[in-house]
Amino acid sequence: MKLKIKTFGITRDILGGRLVEIEISQPTVSLLRSELTRRYPDLENLNSLFVAVNNKYADESEELSSTDEIALIPPVSGG
Amino acid sequence: MIKITEKPIDVQKVIDTASSLNAGAVNVFIGTVRSKAHGKNVVWLEYESYESMTVAEIRKIIDEASHRWPLLGWAVSHRIGTLKPGEVSVVVAVSSPHRKESFEACQYIIDEVKTKAQIWKKKYLKTGRNGFQQAHK
Repeated sequence: MKLKIKTFGITRDILGGRLVEIEISQPTVSLLRSELTRRYPDLENLNSLFVAVNNKYADESEELSSTDEIALIPPVSGG
Repeated sequence: MIKITEKPIDVQKVIDTASSLNAGAVNVFIGTVRSKAHGKNVVWLEYESYESMTVAEIRKIIDEASHRWPLLGWAVSHRIGTLKPGEVSVVVAVSSPHRKESFEACQYIIDEVKTKAQIWKKKYLKTGRNGFQQAHK
């Protein structure tokens, strides 16, 4: 299944784009996380990395579909 | 009012939105872009937001603040896009019957916005004569 991943902050530099496509079969948040860190090892250096699905922070076991809005949320730095 | 905007923030408008005739105090925090970071000169900052999540997150912060303090009005405005040193990046305003709770609520809201709202800044720092360095912190 093809997933579209929105990137923000430092994850945009690491993944190299605003919207990155990743192909995973029977994807969950946890599987997406392992696939992303396999492809982009620099993600492991972040203090935190949340995955948001349809505008809510997702649990690791949550199943993903190709129509979900998926976003990577690295440590925030507003203000 | 919760506003994420690319345009310069109208500070007076944020204050007016938060004000109330029943209030004895209006407390305002104005965040500005510093000219130095990591011992270098800041040339500009770029702010971005995951706006749909940011607005919901700030609403949660305001709900919690309203639960803890007797707020009569509030407004939060955060700038995104390219900002230069001296420009206003964020304004938080709250009003309440007395000053103590307005100070506490305003500090709570800006502290929570900084640590929870889905907003990111990227610093462009000057290095040497023509060089730039980017920093996410």
